[in-house]
Amino acid sequence: MRTQYGRLLAFLSSELRDVDDAEDALGEALVAALASWPNDGVPNEPAAWLLTVARHRLVDRARRARVRTEHADAVRRLVFESANSATAGEIFPDRRVELLFVCAHPAIDPALRAPLMLQTVLGVDAARIAQAFLVSPATMGQRLVRAKRKIREARIPFQVPPARELPQRLDAVLEAIYGAFGLGRDEAAGADADRRDLADEAIWLARVVRECMPHEPEVRGLLALLLFCDARREARTSPDGRYVPLSEQDPATWSAPIIGEAEAELAEASRFERIGRFQLEAAIQSVHVDRARSGRTDWAAIVVFYDRLVRVAPTFGARVAQAAAVAEASGPAAGLAMLDVLDATAVATYQPYWAVRAHLLRLLDRPSGAVAAYGRAIGLAEDPAVRRFLIDRCG
Amino acid sequence: MKYVMLIYETSADFEARKPPESEPYVAAWRAYYRALLEAGAYVGGGAPLEVPGTGTTIQLKDGRRQVQDGPFAETKDQLGGFMILNLASLEDALEWAARCPAAATGAVEVRPLDVAWHERIVSG
Repeated sequence: MRTQYGRLLAFLSSELRDVDDAEDALGEALVAALASWPNDGVPNEPAAWLLTVARHRLVDRARRARVRTEHADAVRRLVFESANSATAGEIFPDRRVELLFVCAHPAIDPALRAPLMLQTVLGVDAARIAQAFLVSPATMGQRLVRAKRKIREARIPFQVPPARELPQRLDAVLEAIYGAFGLGRDEAAGADADRRDLADEAIWLARVVRECMPHEPEVRGLLALLLFCDARREARTSPDGRYVPLSEQDPATWSAPIIGEAEAELAEASRFERIGRFQLEAAIQSVHVDRARSGRTDWAAIVVFYDRLVRVAPTFGARVAQAAAVAEASGPAAGLAMLDVLDATAVATYQPYWAVRAHLLRLLDRPSGAVAAYGRAIGLAEDPAVRRFLIDRCG
Repeated sequence: MKYVMLIYETSADFEARKPPESEPYVAAWRAYYRALLEAGAYVGGGAPLEVPGTGTTIQLKDGRRQVQDGPFAETKDQLGGFMILNLASLEDALEWAARCPAAATGAVEVRPLDVAWHERIVSG
């Protein structure tokens, strides 16, 4: 049903070039379904039923002049098509990837791309999206309405971008999905059911893109990355609720089937020989989980991958993780030197920077610096289990 | 922009203030306070409150004092402290509120200060 909602909305939206009216019409169709299906039974072709009802709603609204006049032609066309096609067995095209590209269009505020995708392609409730993005439900609702108005007014096209734009546009889609997944992962497992679900939603979105664009290596790279992380989700928390960092996780607690799927996606991606940031991040995770087989972590390989990654995508996350990897491979002084070149004001409230810095200063036997850095890392932490872990480490 | 952060705590949180001083709760608060200072967000005028039972509430009804032992509202989570912060936006305020140790157990409210009203009162 979740898949059908996204497919239906994508199809209707692309016909109208408008998400707003399509959402309303589909919403009314769903209400009608809830009212009649319990009594009359679920139709043989539920999607076709919903589509027909949604189209009729659009016609009604057009008649009552409640649909914007620029849609009148599109609505007439829809009605003509539905009158002429057999609704039973009708297969309508999957326009979800076009809808994703609309949500990640340059004209849409980057902070809204993932929320839009979650709401339109997956039908996630705006209030739940708001929780994850640390915004009030009313504010998120307003922002989503404004974004959808922008889609209509800027006449954002419902199409896969042309080849010359595709790499950046696709990257915007993948980045939004990755951002949503990252929010889902910040919580200790089970501590917040909503956030955990957001990680699942992000994986679902990644699967949608992979289904629609299987020949894009970065798409498969992203899915591989999310699956590698997902495979270790349970390992992050001990039975008594304590945070367990990657280096201390027992590989037996990682999900082998999910890792298998991730490895398959990464292998498929590498066949295209077009490396990119998500394939590199996935490759790094692949080396980490290889510890299950080899009993050790190949830090030299990880350093090589980070070296390439920061050239392609020099985010603070990547650079701090690179410093940590360099420290493992070449000693804490080398790692600290890499942290030192990062802009102080930019990392002032970036919690992972301080956690890594504290760890390295402690290894270098610089206790006062370590204590100060641990203090920052603790003060900036949001997850109580991570806070507790750092407090214990700091001693 | 100036915000007040109102910190609502559970009775367990209030209990956690008691010695031994090495309690993780104390460590978490120290680190949080220091992080706020170092980020230039902490304005001052903040303080933790004594336990709710030490509160006394007064109202005037028909010109007579009505004094009640205890806090104004008997809710599960009680006001345990407040801070005045100076931050660029509500988003920043929410980021810091999420880091507050009480956010995980009780609740944290951020509210903008009505600076204009304050000015009217304290000037002239």
